[in-house]
Amino acid sequence: MAKALLETEGLTKRFGGVIAADGISLALLPGELHAIIGPNGAGKSTLIGQLSGEIVPDSGYIHFDGRDITALPVYRRSRLGLARSLQVTTLFPDFTAIDNVALSVQAHAGHSFRFWRDVRQEADLREPARAALVRVGLGERATALVADLSHGERRQLEIAMALATRPRMLLLDEPMAGMGSDESARLVETLRTLKGDITVMLIEHDIDAVFALADRISVLVYGRIIACGEPAAIRADAAVREAYVGEG
Amino acid sequence: MLYFIEQCLNGIQLGMLLFMLAAGLTLIFGIMDLVNLAHGSLYMLGAYFAATFAQWTDSFVLGALLALVATAAVGMALEVVAIRRLYGRNHLDHVLGTFGLLLFFNELVRLIWGPAGLTLSLPSEMLNAVQVLPGLFYPLYRLVIIGVTLAVALLLYVLIMRTRLGMLIRAGASNREMVGALGVNIKLLYTIVFGLGAALAGLAGLMQAPILTVQIGMGENILIAAFVVVTIGGIGSIRGAFVASLLVGLADTIGRTFMPDILHAFLSESAASSLGRALSSMMIYLVMALVLIVRPEGLFPATSK
Amino acid sequence: MVDPRVAINVGLVVVLVLVPVYSATTGDTFALTLFTRVVILALAALSLNLIMGFGGMVSFGHAAYLGIGGYVVGILAKEGIGSGFVQWPVAVAASALYALVVGVLSLRTRGVYFIMITLAFAQMIYYVAIGLDRYGGDDGLTLYHRSRFGGLVDLNNKTMFYYLCLVLLLASIYLVWRIVNSRFGMVIQGARSNDRRMRAIGFPTFRYRLVCFVIAGAMCGLAGALLANHTDFISPAMMHWTRSGDLIVMAVLGGMQAMFGPLIGAVTFLLLEEGLSRGTEFPNLILGPVLLLVAISIRGGIDGLIGGVRRG
Repeated sequence: MAKALLETEGLTKRFGGVIAADGISLALLPGELHAIIGPNGAGKSTLIGQLSGEIVPDSGYIHFDGRDITALPVYRRSRLGLARSLQVTTLFPDFTAIDNVALSVQAHAGHSFRFWRDVRQEADLREPARAALVRVGLGERATALVADLSHGERRQLEIAMALATRPRMLLLDEPMAGMGSDESARLVETLRTLKGDITVMLIEHDIDAVFALADRISVLVYGRIIACGEPAAIRADAAVREAYVGEG
Repeated sequence: MLYFIEQCLNGIQLGMLLFMLAAGLTLIFGIMDLVNLAHGSLYMLGAYFAATFAQWTDSFVLGALLALVATAAVGMALEVVAIRRLYGRNHLDHVLGTFGLLLFFNELVRLIWGPAGLTLSLPSEMLNAVQVLPGLFYPLYRLVIIGVTLAVALLLYVLIMRTRLGMLIRAGASNREMVGALGVNIKLLYTIVFGLGAALAGLAGLMQAPILTVQIGMGENILIAAFVVVTIGGIGSIRGAFVASLLVGLADTIGRTFMPDILHAFLSESAASSLGRALSSMMIYLVMALVLIVRPEGLFPATSK
Repeated sequence: MVDPRVAINVGLVVVLVLVPVYSATTGDTFALTLFTRVVILALAALSLNLIMGFGGMVSFGHAAYLGIGGYVVGILAKEGIGSGFVQWPVAVAASALYALVVGVLSLRTRGVYFIMITLAFAQMIYYVAIGLDRYGGDDGLTLYHRSRFGGLVDLNNKTMFYYLCLVLLLASIYLVWRIVNSRFGMVIQGARSNDRRMRAIGFPTFRYRLVCFVIAGAMCGLAGALLANHTDFISPAMMHWTRSGDLIVMAVLGGMQAMFGPLIGAVTFLLLEEGLSRGTEFPNLILGPVLLLVAISIRGGIDGLIGGVRRG
């Protein structure tokens, strides 16, 4: 059995009286695309927040590549290879697409106390940025301002930014939200090409995409994982059906 | 000891005047999200109006009341004509715009009343000292200031906590969009709030006029102190402004009075004197810096937007 | 087809270079004095724009560094150290040091809190200056000898001094241009645009903003040293908060995303101020509302101006 790349045990978080995460234990294997599904309010955002470092768990631990990262600050996790795309697209609106991605690359290319050289001429920042854009299908839009990109294109740019950091693992928080069917299809293809290369935790509502892509699926309800397994098994699981039918 | 109590009373008096300013500022900031550098100008107008009206009517009280009304009116007019165009913008725009208003009002006052200041004299009874404690005499007028401002603070509390208007104000402070969605006439609410803030500022200005000053630019220094108070107390919080006002008023007064003496124990007379003056002027900023380091959102931050 | 902005900038530089020529031929020395002041304050506004326009850090206490730079020159001169080679580096270093302290304490706060705390720190140093009886206190201190540079350049020669200021300004504009477009500049601009995002992708933004803040303070300290020499006088008024307000106005007026913006803003603001003073006894009756109009109407707010990065 391969060693898990990301492992959580007993992850718990309370906000006031609400239990957003109730002893979540997960193990993601290297190269797998693991989907998290569940009704609204199940605690998916809290889970991603804890994994990315923006939310501090009340108890439990998170191990990444064998290392305890439970208390590690956000920017350090990114450097370790755990990259996240944000649910509400928060890019740098004043910059072009390639500027955005190049920033991602720059974050992992040593320190930035360089004051003289024009950053847009630095090939070792621009080339990987361009490559990441091409990979998600935005090669033609490199010089477009983010403000001029469509919603779907911005979600793709998000992914490109995460990819440009050559992560070991990608946390994707509802990347297909608000996308049209064409754009969704294109994103599914992009994600398919990542499988095997990069470990992906995909939080999504789009069930078709989930079942098309996922190696395994975990179902999160009221902060607890009620089922985890291959897509076929999940589809047949009675508890899962109940959770979804109940939500309607 | 009695001297210390006297200085504490002075500190409370200063604190309460600051609270009048800070309450308006924090309301305006909390509800309209507006940084208002021209608030000190309303303070100045209150003093100038009071001095003028008191002279015309030959009555301090009547002059004061007229000044209050006039300042509130000017405030509301200002809101309708100029201030409301700044809502929703970047704070930098507010700083720039209200800075312009500040310059404008200083100049306007110079145009109308001339460069020399005015005086506002008190009715002679107010000048007497009253025995507050055995052996401690305190000017009656200063007690009146404390009394009036405490009463106003209480009225403000009742207004905010017990009336429909107050409820709208509180709701607006924690969630601007919702209040609009509820069908409330937001524009009118904002004008009223601004007018209220103007009245409070004018009140502070006219009350301190007899004992301190009526001159151009008088609003600037106390405005900064009021901003410090609002920052310490937490933007949007009247309760925070109240606590912070007293804290700042006392710190400033006690600091100014006793710092040179404290330093005198370690330094020469002249060094203690100048260092003491410098340090006590800095006192309120030191307090603010300390508070912000420990609690970057102030002591009682209101719910943020 | 020449970009109109480039044309304006070049034209402006040409005009500035020719000011002493104009002054010499017409005998109007006031123009030279006025423009020296413009150039020096443009340098101060440029330093503010580095943190404000590009970094999004609105500092209402930037005049503090003008004061510190000026006071170092004045104090050292009074104590017998008249060499510019000592005074000016110390002025820059002292400003940088104060900026470091202020930055460490303030940069954790955001928005209006940041504005207030920077104002407070400027007020603190203002009161310290008032308390310095030995160096004039409230009345200020005359500078009897301008900074000496041992034959290299004579600051008493008004024309030479003007060109020195102009050269320093242009060099600084170039420096800021390089900084803004470097890796460092990208981090600063990114942090302005979306600080949370920057940290999410792996930048510890605090230290970069702090360094930026210190650079800006140092540059403004140099402007302060120049200002002290220009007016032959130092006083706490150099760091009064309305002076900080003036710098903000200059930066905003000229356009906060443009390298030459602060210079354009300084020229506009100071000429406007000067013109109004001559035209009327109550200049601020016009200047005030003008500022208000600028604040209201700049294309959908200042944010409309912040959006100028167009290369890819």
